[in-house]
Amino acid sequence: MSDTAMSHTPAEARTVSFRGGGFAPERKRWVGGVVFVLLIAIAEWGTRSGWISALTLPKPSDVLQTLIELHQSGLLYKHLSPSLSRLVVGAALGASFGIGVGVLIGLFSYIRAGLVPLVAAIFPIPKIALLPLFVIWFGIDEGSKYALIAFGTFTPTVVATYGAVDNVDRSLIRMGQSFGLSWLSIVRKIVLPGAMPGILSGLRISLAIAIILLVAAEMLGAEYGIGAYILEAGALYDLERLFAGVLILSVLGVVVSTSIGLIERHLLGWRS
Amino acid sequence: MDIRLENVSHSYDTFEVMRDISLEIPHGRIVCIVGPSGCGKSTLLRFIGGLERPKQGRVLQVGTPPSDCLNPLTYIFQDFALLPWRSVAGNISLVLEDHGIKGAAAKEIIDDVLARTKLTDFAKALPKQLSGGMKQRVAIARALAVNPAVMLMDEPLSALDSQTRELLMDDLVSLWTRTPFTAVYVTHNLAEAVRLGHSIVVLSRRPGQIREIVHLDTPLAERQFGDPELDRQQRHLWQLMRDEARAADAELLDV
Repeated sequence: MSDTAMSHTPAEARTVSFRGGGFAPERKRWVGGVVFVLLIAIAEWGTRSGWISALTLPKPSDVLQTLIELHQSGLLYKHLSPSLSRLVVGAALGASFGIGVGVLIGLFSYIRAGLVPLVAAIFPIPKIALLPLFVIWFGIDEGSKYALIAFGTFTPTVVATYGAVDNVDRSLIRMGQSFGLSWLSIVRKIVLPGAMPGILSGLRISLAIAIILLVAAEMLGAEYGIGAYILEAGALYDLERLFAGVLILSVLGVVVSTSIGLIERHLLGWRS
Repeated sequence: MDIRLENVSHSYDTFEVMRDISLEIPHGRIVCIVGPSGCGKSTLLRFIGGLERPKQGRVLQVGTPPSDCLNPLTYIFQDFALLPWRSVAGNISLVLEDHGIKGAAAKEIIDDVLARTKLTDFAKALPKQLSGGMKQRVAIARALAVNPAVMLMDEPLSALDSQTRELLMDDLVSLWTRTPFTAVYVTHNLAEAVRLGHSIVVLSRRPGQIREIVHLDTPLAERQFGDPELDRQQRHLWQLMRDEARAADAELLDV
């Protein structure tokens, strides 16, 4: 048989063309930086040569100059420190309550039945709309700002947390029960670590929302703070200062996101 | 400690899963349960370990487990059920912590069971670094750590490739030969059943009933891969099961 197969006229041999690959994001460290630098370079070139008017965009170098002045005058820290403390207190309150309530919803059917509709009802409310109410409830000072940020971080954290608890591998819980582990041990050693990936990725979103609400709260009633600073610059149409403020917010966002990334790498190294 | 099942029947709503199963699991023996898919063999195992309750009948523990036994009825699962965020040693310490065994006492037990399952060098490894066979050995080590009176094994080798399965069967045989344990071993693989079972319970298709109990007298350590006597027994089991399996396969699943 093989002889007759071999005796056929040899057909033309071609390499099988490759059609696999792709669909696998790789880590490219420098690309993000290059995009930033390129955009800023274009803006700088455009504003210097005049085809971008000064009303459209400030010169990036002027924005940098403004930032340096802010730093030298100490005004930067006068604005940044109240903002940071509001963000930390508000987000910590909101996130810890959110994780707590989310875990309870995940564990107890009655709490779930009672609270899930409530959370769904308050989730879509623009929290900024409630600021006047919070001012009455918690005072015009820091209280209302903490409450606004806490409230805004609370709802997305709750939703992410109970989803994460729902997604914990039931076979691991069954295993815990089969070894006679106590209820508390199962929650502490199986449910919480198992829900951690979902909780942390929810936290990423919650904390970004916290930054947005921080600025909103400060725009509506604060003497110092990044939000107040941006609002003032906007009112005077001082584009350099406006952009300097926005830049600080972006940096804040990047710092928050990076630190969650670090926490993830530390806590979730077990993921394959 | 023996296990006795008395007239166990079960149904989900109007869907009858098993009917009138009575069975004795004697001390120091491995009882294999085989049957076509959907015959309720895993459900039966969950009844024995108290993870689920039968509608009728009861599961009895006869006699008291030895005093050093931390968890009399201990499972080994098909999917290993290891916590991915804990190391090998951490996974074993998990089941000791609730009994207040920590520090040096825990380390002694962990070292012992890891040595028995030949995992001493992997104490610090995470589950994601281990092969399937090693993961199941960790699960076996974890089960040994609580000194079970009865091991409940739910298709423990079904997620592994056939070579690993052979190796692990040898491991189980040598573990049993050194210190005989009582086990209920659920499987759909007849080769495993004739290698490891002192008696083999054949269940019919749904509703699961006991069709026959086959007793094998060859000592576990003398059963070899490709042994003609075992092959004969395996063929006999297959004769019993073939029509059931075909009928079960042709059934519509009522989901």
